[in-house]
Amino acid sequence: MMAHLSLSHFLVVGGLLFCFGLMTVLTRRNAVAMLMGIELILNGANVNLVAFNHYVAGGLSGQVFALFVIVLAAAEAAVGLAIILAIYQMIRSIDTANIASMKQ
Amino acid sequence: MSTNLVVFYLFALAAVVGAAGVPMSKNIFWSAMALLSALIGVGGLYVLLSADFLAVTQLLVYIGGVLVLIIFAVMLTSQIKEIEISNQNVGLVPGALLFVLTGTVLSFVAIWAPWKIAEQPDHETTAEIGNGLLGHWLLPFEVVSVVLLATLIGAIVVARKEIKED
Repeated sequence: MMAHLSLSHFLVVGGLLFCFGLMTVLTRRNAVAMLMGIELILNGANVNLVAFNHYVAGGLSGQVFALFVIVLAAAEAAVGLAIILAIYQMIRSIDTANIASMKQ
Repeated sequence: MSTNLVVFYLFALAAVVGAAGVPMSKNIFWSAMALLSALIGVGGLYVLLSADFLAVTQLLVYIGGVLVLIIFAVMLTSQIKEIEISNQNVGLVPGALLFVLTGTVLSFVAIWAPWKIAEQPDHETTAEIGNGLLGHWLLPFEVVSVVLLATLIGAIVVARKEIKED
């Protein structure tokens, strides 16, 4: 059943991207690396959207949805990295275990 | 094997190997390079799915924008001498366990679920997306432009250095 290029191929790749992103977010303590994991997760979701658009739904809605996801991912990365830089200037560390001062 | 399948495996390999490198490499800079490979692979997959405009957007926004931003952040926040220490892992074993669990479930569903396949013929999408963004999807398009403006201002306000008067 795997002789031809099919929907399942793309879904498996999207799922693997999602899993690696999840693993990055959960195991890394570096805040920048966690942001990379989030980008991976969003990419995995995008692959699924475009694959379903091509193989199942038709039209363009899946691709436009993926386009908006890309835009919001870029916005999220910009704000996230700005926050990380501000925290780094304040406490000289981006280890998420050290960023506990907001608790008090 | 058809040409399509060979090209697919090429890009899928780039995507998956890159994605695997992000959590596994010790050096945060190599994580960023692995992310580059993953993003290029995903862009290639978009081409195979006949999403030409999306593939170019992926290259421009992700590789030209987000990745450069991430590399800037890596350079600004990690001193070279402690670059290894700044990237410690917490519990690689539970992470790998979770990866195996979710990966198995997702792959199982992706392969064995009875999807209703109605494959679309390949066609150029750029003009249609352009018309759609100024027609059917006008409201989300405008909302997203406001979000980008807010992001622009917010990122500058958060990241700039405070200049004290005294």
